[in-house]
Amino acid sequence: MDTSTSAVTAAVHDGSAVLARRGVLDVRAHAELLTPLVRDVLAEAGAAPSDVTHVVGGRGPGPFTGLRVGLVTAETFAFAVGATSGGWGSLDAMAHGLWLTGDAPGRFVVATDARRKEVYWAVFAAGPGGVVREAGPGVERPADLPADVRELPCAGRGPGLYPGMFGPAVGPLDVDAGALADAAARHLSAGGALPPPRPDYLRRPDAVPQAAVKSVTAADGRRGRR
Amino acid sequence: MSTAPLVLGIESSCDETGVGIVRGETLLAHEVASSMDQHARFGGVVPEIASRAHLEAMLPTLRRACDTAGVRPGDVDAIAVTSGPGLAGALLVGLSAAKALAYALDKPLYGLNHLVAHVAVDILDHGPLPEPTMALLVSGGHTNLLLVRDITSDVVSLGETIDDAAGEAYDKVARILGLPYPGGPSVDAAAAGGDPRAIAFPRGLTSGRDLERHRWDFSFSGLKTSVARWVEARRAQGLEVPVADVAASFAEAVADVLVRKAIDACRAHGVTDLQVGGGVAANSRLRALAQERCDEAGIGLRVPRLGLCTDNGAMVAALGAQLVARGRPPSSLSIGGDSSLPVQHVTM
Ligand SMILES: [Zn+2]
Repeated sequence: MDTSTSAVTAAVHDGSAVLARRGVLDVRAHAELLTPLVRDVLAEAGAAPSDVTHVVGGRGPGPFTGLRVGLVTAETFAFAVGATSGGWGSLDAMAHGLWLTGDAPGRFVVATDARRKEVYWAVFAAGPGGVVREAGPGVERPADLPADVRELPCAGRGPGLYPGMFGPAVGPLDVDAGALADAAARHLSAGGALPPPRPDYLRRPDAVPQAAVKSVTAADGRRGRR
Repeated sequence: MSTAPLVLGIESSCDETGVGIVRGETLLAHEVASSMDQHARFGGVVPEIASRAHLEAMLPTLRRACDTAGVRPGDVDAIAVTSGPGLAGALLVGLSAAKALAYALDKPLYGLNHLVAHVAVDILDHGPLPEPTMALLVSGGHTNLLLVRDITSDVVSLGETIDDAAGEAYDKVARILGLPYPGGPSVDAAAAGGDPRAIAFPRGLTSGRDLERHRWDFSFSGLKTSVARWVEARRAQGLEVPVADVAASFAEAVADVLVRKAIDACRAHGVTDLQVGGGVAANSRLRALAQERCDEAGIGLRVPRLGLCTDNGAMVAALGAQLVARGRPPSSLSIGGDSSLPVQHVTM
């Protein structure tokens, strides 16, 4: 499951193929949509929650509130059924999704909406065995990315949001949980372990330490003048 | 007793990640992870910091609660969760966890009102709630006077603060006096040796037209400003600030207004039981004054133990158990959080 991009998405994978996948485009209703989507894909796959052995949540980077919905759902679902929970980079999942189509360029960038005029980005190289992340993940204004990165073919919503700032648009706009599950399943069957389902926020929280107490009478004076 | 519903409750509406487990009216587990220390240098709860802390603490707190209660997740009869009011992003962490549990375990989900849960928690300490009960909830986030006719379906808001919550006023006065955050305990401690009648601070909305329009509402903004002015004036004159007297006089003004209005509401509605809850109920002057005036008025007073007054999961589980016991319908898996959920909506 992944809630780090504009899509709320869930999929079921049996170790060799995706059995069911769903995604809904809605950046404001992650918490409303996700568990019902998980229910729907499991039903479509003919599986019960207790059949699940591994739960993978997209680690982002992505807008924080949505990102947390996917990760806490993955972790808690796994706890409830006694499955193993893990996380997988959401940009990596998008790169893997592009690779699965067979049309991945040799080198490309994934850039997703980080709001505040910035993108979350990472650079990937595609080979016969899959994709390898070469740089990132990072968060940057498109204009501040290295010129050679901006010339690369670009997956994600970056090119649509910032026309002219990236190379040709390729591949998925948002995360597909089917690709996420496939990347994780391949990693597991190659003997790898899943990283913990911790978020890649890439930004510190907005918060300003408390200044000294302001004079109340001065504040009243300002009010009086206005 | 063994047939009473076993309910797991999750709370994440502010800066405490709480998981509680109750069977009927019996508390089995009460685990809380607080991010309060991380907010101290900001002088108040920073929503993003609270939300991050909820995500980190949710699973460990859940595990601890199950271990303490000696139950497996699959043993529970229902999952209850705060779905509002509260900080929007923070609410979603607990709500998402609760939905995942409810779906994965095939148990009913109850998304419920945080304020009503503050009232229900006293059932764990003092048994069945008299109905009707008048409830005075006072904390950093809320100041509410509630008429509870049925804890599962009929709760009416009689009044609330029109500006700051009482707990916020405590935080601000603590800053003025140079005392640490959160203000409740630090002002309370500073007030211990002070004279509550030393300074006559104003009682908001207690006279004239204000009283007519806002009979059971509260206002602490003027009180806070008055304290600041008084302290500044002292300092301007080069005099030492009598911290204990200021703290005690401030606490007296807060407690006086809260108790006065709560008792007036009891009389006006013919209610003979008052419950005081929320974090500020820990305040010693408020407890003492409430006891004194309830005794005079022939009103029974209930105050949950300190650890259950602040936000926690046990209060959510306690209300959930009442909802299950009275056969109230569960919530859909599609509910969202409602940061301003009105109190008359006990469930979503
Ligand atoms: Zn509360």
